Amino acid sequence: MNATLERFGGVNLLPLAVAAVAFVLIGAPSSWVTLTVAGLAMGMMVFLMASGLSLVFGLMDVLNFGHSAFVSLGAFIAASVLAALGGWLGSPSVLMNVAALAAALGAAMLFGLLAGLFFEKVIIKPVYADHLRQILITMGALIVVEEAILAIWGGTPITVPRPAFLEGAWIIGDVSIEIYRAFAFALGLIVFGGLYWVLNRTRLGLLIRAGVENREMVEALGFRIDRLFVGVFMLGSALAALGGAMWAGYQTLITPALGAEMMIVVFIVVIIGGLGSIEGTLLGALMVGLVANYVGFLAPKLSLASNMILMMIILMWRPSGLRPAVK
Amino acid sequence: MSLLSLNAMKTDIEQYHVLHDVTFDVPEGGVFVLLGRNGAGKSTTLRSIMGLWSPSPGSVTFRGKDITGMHTADIARLGIAYVPENMGIFGGLTVEENMILATQNGSFSKSRLEFVYGIFPALERFWDKPAGSLSGGQKQMLSVARAIIEKRELILIDEPTKGLAPSIVDAMAGAFAEISAETTILLVEQNFHFARRLGREMAVIDDGRVVHRGSMEAFVADTELQDRLLSLSA
Repeated sequence: MNATLERFGGVNLLPLAVAAVAFVLIGAPSSWVTLTVAGLAMGMMVFLMASGLSLVFGLMDVLNFGHSAFVSLGAFIAASVLAALGGWLGSPSVLMNVAALAAALGAAMLFGLLAGLFFEKVIIKPVYADHLRQILITMGALIVVEEAILAIWGGTPITVPRPAFLEGAWIIGDVSIEIYRAFAFALGLIVFGGLYWVLNRTRLGLLIRAGVENREMVEALGFRIDRLFVGVFMLGSALAALGGAMWAGYQTLITPALGAEMMIVVFIVVIIGGLGSIEGTLLGALMVGLVANYVGFLAPKLSLASNMILMMIILMWRPSGLRPAVK
Repeated sequence: MSLLSLNAMKTDIEQYHVLHDVTFDVPEGGVFVLLGRNGAGKSTTLRSIMGLWSPSPGSVTFRGKDITGMHTADIARLGIAYVPENMGIFGGLTVEENMILATQNGSFSKSRLEFVYGIFPALERFWDKPAGSLSGGQKQMLSVARAIIEKRELILIDEPTKGLAPSIVDAMAGAFAEISAETTILLVEQNFHFARRLGREMAVIDDGRVVHRGSMEAFVADTELQDRLLSLSA
């Protein structure tokens, strides 16, 4: 059965299959398109958050439960920058809008990079190869970051302004496509393309892929995986912050609990996709995004459990996830 | 001066004392064979040399330089290649990508590649195939080919004949003889009949201690010693 499936595109076709089933169940094409776009956008944002975690998991066997701290930090930093540049956001000039958005996303990523460096050196490095301590210390770090956010930004939900050029929707017939969602999807696709290119077309990517499979052997070939890992960790943190920044704009209202809320979804995506695989993470994220939106529409009472049920089904079928790099 | 010297090397793995006293010198050139029964500490010795386990106390010197406690990658960059027992192939990468990873700057010369193809012709056919799809013998060839795609000072090879068909073992013996003309090989083996064809100098390790050192020629001639140390007649 697996061979037949692979011949027709394999697990890559799963999001299409889910969308096709949903089309039949939903019935109304306009609602289906809206939900599909929302699912794809959500999937891409979760992909941004999860991609780094998957590589960190695969490359160094590090269970970083604090990864979603970078999501929270990215969201709050971006919200603050956007609020500070409120005049640019409301400007009729698209250039000013884009500059404000770029500044917010850039600040979030820069902070993610630096926070990732600090996190790896101070929190992760002392607990390499000790899963129990990794879980405890990274969970602790997540709580500390949440409390720090609470102390800096307060407990009241913060409104996140959007640039004017991303407000509104494109109306095509009966179908309404929110511009922000389309942008989130495009941005996720660009990041995926960049990551895919680095991983598959560069020597650095070759080292990362080899390290995910067998880091000891990469070291025996003369390469310092620990140094490579710091770079991957920082990149993963920056992407998580970017995902958080985009998510903040998507939700438009954020609280310090955002990171903890997203942690479960991010881990589900990494597990569904398979450890250490960017393609798997994208596939898992799209599945989670689509299923969450379709189930939320078709059976709202099941929406909270939908991702867990999806993970259970996939793991019963493929215990290592859809496209694991580490088998 | 010896190329590699192990001096009273001890290695603990968690609470287990695996190597108690490993002392021997590997001279430059040819094949030095480390023999021993299963579980005697042969693989741990190679891993300790590569820094994958940390020997303490004791020392490992390479060309007179103390490499004890150095990072594995830094040891490899001194010109020491390692072919582990499980071959260490990156199954998700192609044969070419496996070979590229074994180079320090990401490229290899045509003449060097021809040299590798000369020893392992089959690799050329599988150049763009995923290494995970190769047979056991082909994987072993790739593993050794990676170690010679650039000229090294010393190659540590751990039980290369394990699980291979006799015809491939013969081919491997020929390959090692050719490689040892330019590079010193420290070969760990349980297969005495394979090892005796290649080794000039040898040592026997038992229960984490070196219990015999000498020439292969003398060891081959002493069947009583072979039986006692390797239980060959059992």
